Amino acid sequence: MRHFLPYAKRYAPLFLIGALFSLFGALGEVTLPNRVAGLINRGIVTVELSELFQEGLVMVGLVIVLLFLSLAGTVITVRASIMLAADIRETTFRKIQELSFTNLDTLHTGSLVTRLTNDVNQIQLFVMQILRMGIRAPAQIIGALLIAFRINTQLAMIIFGVVPILATCITAIIIVALPRFRLMQSCIDQTNTLLQETMTNVRVIKAFVRGDYEAERFDKVSEQLQKAALRANRVMLLQRPSMTLAMNVTTIIIVWLGGRKIIGGEMQVGDLTAFTAYVTQILNSLIGVSTMLVNSSRAAVSAGRIAEVLDTKVDLNDDNASEKDRAIGSGSVEFRNVSFRYFKSSPSAVLSDISFKVESGQTIGLVGSTGSGKTTLIQMIPRLLDPDEGSVLVDGIDVREYGLTPLRNAVSMVLQDNLLFSGSIAENLSWGKEDALESEMAEATETAQIRLFIESLPAGYESELGQKGAGLSGGQKQRMCIARALLKSPQILILDDSTSAVDTATEANIREHLTRVMPNTTKFIIAQRISSVMDADKILVLDSGRLVGEGTHQELLADNTTYQEIYYSQFKREEDIA
Amino acid sequence: MMDDIRSQRLQKKYQSQAEAHSTNRQIAAPKDLPTAGQGGGGMGRRFSGGKPKNLQQIVKRLYSYLREERIALAFALFFVILHNFASVYASYMLRPIINDHIVPVGGVGDAAGLAKALGFMGSLYMCSMLSRYTMTNILLTVSQKAQRKIRKDLFTHLQQLPVRFFDQSNTGETMSRFTNDIDTVGEVLNNTVAQILSGVITLTSTIGLMLYTNVPVALISLIFLPLTKWILDGFTKRGRSFYSAQQAALGTLNGFIEESISGQKVVKVFCHEEISTSEFVWLNQDYRKKQLSAQSLASAMMPAMLGLNNLNYVVVAGVGLLFCINGRLDLGGLTVLVNYSRQFARPLNDLSGQMNTLYSALAGAERVFEILDTEPEPADLPDAVTLENCTGALSVQNVYFGYNAKNPAVRDITFEVSSGQKVAFVGSTGAGKTTVANLIPRFYDISDGQITIDGIDIRQIKRADLRKHVNIILQDTHLFTKSVMENIRYGRLDATDEEVIAAAEMANAHSFILQLKDGYDTVLEHDGSNLSQGQRQLLGIARATLSEAPILIMDEATSSVDTRAEKSIEKGLDHLASSRATIVIAHRLSTVRNADLILVMEQGRIIERGDHDTLLQRGGRYFELYTGLAELA
Repeated sequence: MRHFLPYAKRYAPLFLIGALFSLFGALGEVTLPNRVAGLINRGIVTVELSELFQEGLVMVGLVIVLLFLSLAGTVITVRASIMLAADIRETTFRKIQELSFTNLDTLHTGSLVTRLTNDVNQIQLFVMQILRMGIRAPAQIIGALLIAFRINTQLAMIIFGVVPILATCITAIIIVALPRFRLMQSCIDQTNTLLQETMTNVRVIKAFVRGDYEAERFDKVSEQLQKAALRANRVMLLQRPSMTLAMNVTTIIIVWLGGRKIIGGEMQVGDLTAFTAYVTQILNSLIGVSTMLVNSSRAAVSAGRIAEVLDTKVDLNDDNASEKDRAIGSGSVEFRNVSFRYFKSSPSAVLSDISFKVESGQTIGLVGSTGSGKTTLIQMIPRLLDPDEGSVLVDGIDVREYGLTPLRNAVSMVLQDNLLFSGSIAENLSWGKEDALESEMAEATETAQIRLFIESLPAGYESELGQKGAGLSGGQKQRMCIARALLKSPQILILDDSTSAVDTATEANIREHLTRVMPNTTKFIIAQRISSVMDADKILVLDSGRLVGEGTHQELLADNTTYQEIYYSQFKREEDIA
Repeated sequence: MMDDIRSQRLQKKYQSQAEAHSTNRQIAAPKDLPTAGQGGGGMGRRFSGGKPKNLQQIVKRLYSYLREERIALAFALFFVILHNFASVYASYMLRPIINDHIVPVGGVGDAAGLAKALGFMGSLYMCSMLSRYTMTNILLTVSQKAQRKIRKDLFTHLQQLPVRFFDQSNTGETMSRFTNDIDTVGEVLNNTVAQILSGVITLTSTIGLMLYTNVPVALISLIFLPLTKWILDGFTKRGRSFYSAQQAALGTLNGFIEESISGQKVVKVFCHEEISTSEFVWLNQDYRKKQLSAQSLASAMMPAMLGLNNLNYVVVAGVGLLFCINGRLDLGGLTVLVNYSRQFARPLNDLSGQMNTLYSALAGAERVFEILDTEPEPADLPDAVTLENCTGALSVQNVYFGYNAKNPAVRDITFEVSSGQKVAFVGSTGAGKTTVANLIPRFYDISDGQITIDGIDIRQIKRADLRKHVNIILQDTHLFTKSVMENIRYGRLDATDEEVIAAAEMANAHSFILQLKDGYDTVLEHDGSNLSQGQRQLLGIARATLSEAPILIMDEATSSVDTRAEKSIEKGLDHLASSRATIVIAHRLSTVRNADLILVMEQGRIIERGDHDTLLQRGGRYFELYTGLAELA
């Protein structure tokens, strides 16, 4: 909750004013039945028409004032809660921007989306409700009780006796219902997961003709959901009858006792009318409060999920950097005894004791089998990950001493699973450079071998892409991502298996262009195909997190077994033919 | 905080994005599906008003889900009526009680009569409460049953939809039809119908009893009825346009969040945090603005209604008292009238609220039915056959196909492959190789030409049977939220654990599986997101090797697998291929070299065909591709 206090403070005046308005509105309303009762009581004895009119006018005036009070109260608080929610949403979004890759992996991006949308809305709804009901209902209950006591203490005691019984009932219902609702929620999650999966996996399901099997699986989950929903909601059905029962029993007792009093001449009819009205009012307020309590537990879950994001310790930042504003110069890279493991408890390290040095302007190839640590290694240069031991140096300075922005601006990386965004091609390219000229775009796309394709489109660079770049083939997406990265004119360029869907000839063209256009940029190329890296200045061979080879293609081919194995897995037969 | 130029640019962007759908700037094929409404937004459904089209049809169709529950519904109706009459009558009891037993005209009240009357009143209350509880219980069960039935229908239908549907529709949007829309429909069955019914009954019986008690006072109270309705209508009418603006803003905001957070890693790599944030702030403020206008109006409605109700209460009390003084109304009658006028607004308020829910639920039902009405894969022909002792002799003759009518994606494709043979497709990305692979298990139907298996046209074969005979390993491996063991077993459900492990060993996946947290029992999550692309492909291969289908299609099945692992899989795959007709798509030429027939595709056509040696000798495109590689070696 402490996360939300600063916002509550920011809007405290609004909340306070709104609350006061609502409070007075509610209290004023409570007095109405009593006034009517007074009229009825007097009406029987005195027949003063003028007095009746006067009192009538006062009441009409009161009603109008009350109307404006509660109008103002509600509108003000609702506005405040909307602004509060917008602020929470913004803070959470900003916090997410700070999160590191590791943070993002633990929190799951999908779940972050739900938190920013659904959970924030839940909180907003709750705040609105608590401001509307939270003041009004208790005020009315207390006000009604007070007036009831003034009219007749004995009768009022009855109401007083019923309230705790009701409170116990409501608490019991909520206690029983909550875990059932939680179960229902998890059933809903389960249904959604299954649904999403069958939609993305549709080709697999169709290929293996598993439609019926999936439908059966879904129906089972769906049945569980039905059962859970019934179990949860059945409990809630008890809420209304138990409230009504209490209300009706109270009314009957009051009419019975009150009636006998009136018969005995101890009480007047008007008071009885007022009493029945107050009983109704109190119980209606209680229903409101109990509904609010049920909702509050749901909002608490949402608030917890948001707090989890806000509480996440960003494990990678530049707070302790000594050279925050220093720009990267030439782009030489050095790894010194770098070790890393994803989970501190895991037995085997992802990288162990990696050391190598790269001059600026060199092209470096990285090869090794799936899971050998190539991607992990390369992510340490722009500080997407930090090593557990050892250090990574750019221009002879530890990367942790640079500011994150200058560092990442100098290091351009094309990720393995790279994404494009909905918007025009030009907009997507402008990620690399905010105000790139058409000529700059043409140059970058030419290097990435995608210029001709873009220019062949009727709308050219203004063509709109769908979500995640829908509308482009796998190879086209990869080349777009490369072009986007090139526009940054980086000192260090990293291509992490970014041409896997591009055919060999095009790929060779891209590499040839890169060498020509960016002679001073240090280039790292991770690849499966030996052909992608064999003309590199230096090739690094990784095996199970260890650097097992370093040298040119010829050197490695001569004396490195791992490299030879990789090479011959791709080229052996050619030599047979030759 | 936000500079003006950027804000203007954003304004333009979101305007032009809306327009882009209607112009031809979109690269992606226009969607066949009408994308009604916005998918996201938890608050959304409550407000997404607007009358759906074909109201009658939708109601009729919704009723079809309830027809089986007719008797239960009749009982529910009976109890609704019972409940309302009992409760209205019980509150009317106050009049005779006060008039006859407490302050009888010109007499003294009697406690015995009072007790008796109260006992009757109590039993009326009891009856009302019990019938209400029974009614809500029945409705809850009925609505949950109906919801499950709708979910089942929708899911079963989804399984029958063509691949094209999934390629073109937005997963999130379809999901929201399953969750939000069915939910709203359920809510209506659960609550709204009962509330509307009971609202109408309460309102009419209250009005009736008020008129019975005293006509003039009742009429004065009734003046408030049209007044209330007029105010309500005013709010709803004006509110609707505010709401749709709010919902549209919410949709855009959620869409942005979804896309930008999913791509958060790219955002970091490009130091794009600040620009992303400023776009978010702009959208968030826009939503806030729209929400403020919509909600201010909506929130004003409650107090307005309450105020009106209080006014009614005061007026009835005053006028009723006047009548009392004149002797034209008794005290008991006054009490009843005053009580009634106090309860008056509730059913009315409920009714108006429920009408909103009802409309959005009908709109939701419409969206659900929209999917149910989407054309499924065409039914098997009446004389469709099953394949017996299939050898897997596949023949593709002069096949044409296009994703849209204008641009054929593949043209004049002809080749044959029989058991033990291997045909390979090579060519640049976008040449149409994957498209050809998709045509054989009929993920898409060809527009011209013929594909036969064992001489039988594949359109003459029962679709399920056809797919059982074609084993396709896809470019993107999709995995399920199940254990590794179950994921591999998906290839053949009756495979034993030993067979699964053997398949994993063959696919070179065994060793990395053992390194996972729980080995073969490790449950994969989020489409196996914790595995590398290459590891996922290995699992996909293991899964496929379990299948005994005589035709095997491998679409870039090993593109992300490192070449040494590929090498060791190859032997297994070769063994697998020896008894099957195999089609291989690859850009690594080393994987296709030993094929019996190599087809080089370019722009949807086969431009060269022959085996490796023939093609090399010819010195065409294949030679270029191949020597491009060889030269570098």
